Amino acid sequence: MARFSPDNLRTALEIVGRYPIAKSATIPLLHLAQEQDGYVTDDAMEHIAELVGTTPAQVLGTCSFYEMFKREPVGTYLVNICTNISCQIMGGEELLHHAEHALGIKAGSTTADGLFTIEDVECIAACTEAPCLQVNYRYRHRITLEEFDQLIDDLRAGELADEVPPHGTLAKIRQHIPAERSAGVAPPSGVPEPVWLARNAEGGDA
Amino acid sequence: MAVTDHPKIITSRFDVTDGHTLDGYLRTGGYEGLKAALAKKPADVIEEVKSASLLGRGGAGFPAGVKWGFCPPGVFPRYLVVNGDESEPGTYKDRLLMERDPHQLIEGVLIACYAVGCSQAFLYVRGEMAHAQERIAAALNEAYAAGYVGKNIQDSDFSVDIVLHWGAGAYIVGEETALIESLEGNRGMPRLKPPFFPAAKGLYLQPTIVNNVETLANLPWIIEHGGAAFAALGAENSKGTRMFAVSGHVRNPGVYEVEFGVTTFRDLLYAPVYGGGIRNGHELKAFIPGGASAPWLYPEHLDTPLEAGVVGKMGTMLGSGAVVVFDETTDMVKACLRLVRFFARESCGKCTPCREGTSWLEKILARILDGHGRPEDLDLLLDVCDNISVGMNWPPKQTTICPLGQSATTPVASAIMRFKDEFEAYLGGPAEITVEVKGPAFVGPYVDAASKEVASVD
Ligand SMILES: Cc1cc2nc3c(=O)[nH]c(=O)nc-3n(C[C@H](O)[C@H](O)[C@H](O)COP(=O)(O)O)c2cc1C
Ligand code: SF4
Ligand code: FES
Repeated sequence: MARFSPDNLRTALEIVGRYPIAKSATIPLLHLAQEQDGYVTDDAMEHIAELVGTTPAQVLGTCSFYEMFKREPVGTYLVNICTNISCQIMGGEELLHHAEHALGIKAGSTTADGLFTIEDVECIAACTEAPCLQVNYRYRHRITLEEFDQLIDDLRAGELADEVPPHGTLAKIRQHIPAERSAGVAPPSGVPEPVWLARNAEGGDA
Repeated sequence: MAVTDHPKIITSRFDVTDGHTLDGYLRTGGYEGLKAALAKKPADVIEEVKSASLLGRGGAGFPAGVKWGFCPPGVFPRYLVVNGDESEPGTYKDRLLMERDPHQLIEGVLIACYAVGCSQAFLYVRGEMAHAQERIAAALNEAYAAGYVGKNIQDSDFSVDIVLHWGAGAYIVGEETALIESLEGNRGMPRLKPPFFPAAKGLYLQPTIVNNVETLANLPWIIEHGGAAFAALGAENSKGTRMFAVSGHVRNPGVYEVEFGVTTFRDLLYAPVYGGGIRNGHELKAFIPGGASAPWLYPEHLDTPLEAGVVGKMGTMLGSGAVVVFDETTDMVKACLRLVRFFARESCGKCTPCREGTSWLEKILARILDGHGRPEDLDLLLDVCDNISVGMNWPPKQTTICPLGQSATTPVASAIMRFKDEFEAYLGGPAEITVEVKGPAFVGPYVDAASKEVASVD
């Protein structure tokens, strides 16, 4: 595993087909690769480069810019604790220190059993619900230290499997554009003025 | 008149349990704006939006209808890119709009595409927002099946695909030209403007409209009820309603849709239906009026209306609608460092003043907090700020490709100019400041809220 599985390759090709220029699919395909393997492998980047018509180096260049893409395995559960301003003043840093203590690791590292990685992250758009965190990008709002411990216990016991999929799985629902309903991609050249704009030239109310 | 005596324009379905589904949306009047738009000429839809004076809700506050008019005539295809990257610290509204009312956003996208003549739309949603992505994907799938998106929408001659695109974690990608780079599969680094104004040379160098989620979410209501009804709400240039996230030390942190232009900061922080006052037994010390990039305001500014022009004249901005409230327990040096660290981490690295300046600001602030600061450090901090944004004036001067660099200077100038004593406590003695700081919010404006006159000391 590392190149796309047959199923994921089908999904990848569907995604590529939605963009006027295939390279635009790079980030969505990196997510797909991370969903398959838990992180982004070299083989996956080579496969993506083939699919979007660029070089593996270009794909790596893009991949390495974005925080969500991991170039090596992380825990099954990625625990992202916000310490940015609204969370900081509502106890986000204490929450982070508690988490480090409870799991026995520093932010940025993974527990020996491979279950948990902690990250000290920037604002995750839940500022009125501070302090907050995400586990594999699923939110926990206004979380207390006790609730944090409970969360870790529940994750360990596998009790949140429905709510929190393993690392890599972003959206469990994908967009599908049915061929017969699609308006089609608009490549950057050779597309005429959209027909409905002709209504602007008509007299009176269209 | 109660502060809540205004229609809910964009949050009307937040309490409707199934408001995110097509059934729930249609039951509550959904897609009526689209139908009304399709009965008009595209140019008349643009006029309607212009008459609403809808200011962009992404941060810069540019009028949406006017921006649409910047597409060069006769150049096609045009694209629409929805900015759903919401990452400015303190900002929390677009995620709610995407999770709770995805069809409203889709309808807004359709209206904009119809008006401007866009051949394809891309909805760029921040990568970390898994739930928002699921809600939008589900809504798009339903909307395609029901003939609201795609080919011959509602059996008309209007056809457009909306593609849901995932981001992957980078604040800078919220900047519109970086958003476009990212959508092209690249590192999210801003482009120079000019020549790369998106309306002229955007996605694949074609005319591209970039609009914020909240901006577009207003369109169904505006088209259904008319631009005049929208412009009847609010004041001066700030019309309609707007979402504000009130976070930090208030009793009821929350996201509130308020009447734009007339509601005051005092209403927002103290009204029982909004912030409900400072948390028990504490006093207001300062507040950030519009996201991490905005210069701070103080208790004497509470009666200022949430009006873009008035707040602009005071030397700050409503930005992304993020109000962060600090009570007297807040360590302003710590808060300042945390904000600066954010900008240092998120700088894309393309411009020297931003890349080097933000990391030096962070290092110096960190040593002050660690007790290793030097008396000249405050002047040094301001000097670095001055090199990133000359004079720290408002509107800010920029030495960089995008405004991120200059944004990093605002918490520093705010904290030092207002709370110098807190820095001196860390330094263990007085510190002299020689660098000239000109932004009115940093040096204390006089605000007469009753007459809405703002006299800057500049
Ligand atoms: C550093 C930086 C970050 C930004 N982040 C966002 C963002 O997350 N969401 C957003 O809508 N606009 C953001 N903007 C503003 C956009 O560049 C752009 O002005 C906006 O999306 C236009 O939409 P509007 O006219 O509807 O507001 C950011 C700007 C800068 C300089
Ligand atoms: S100002 Fe900073 S973030 Fe903006 S382009 Fe320059 S280096 Fe990048
Ligand atoms: S500051 Fe923590 S979610 Fe925004």
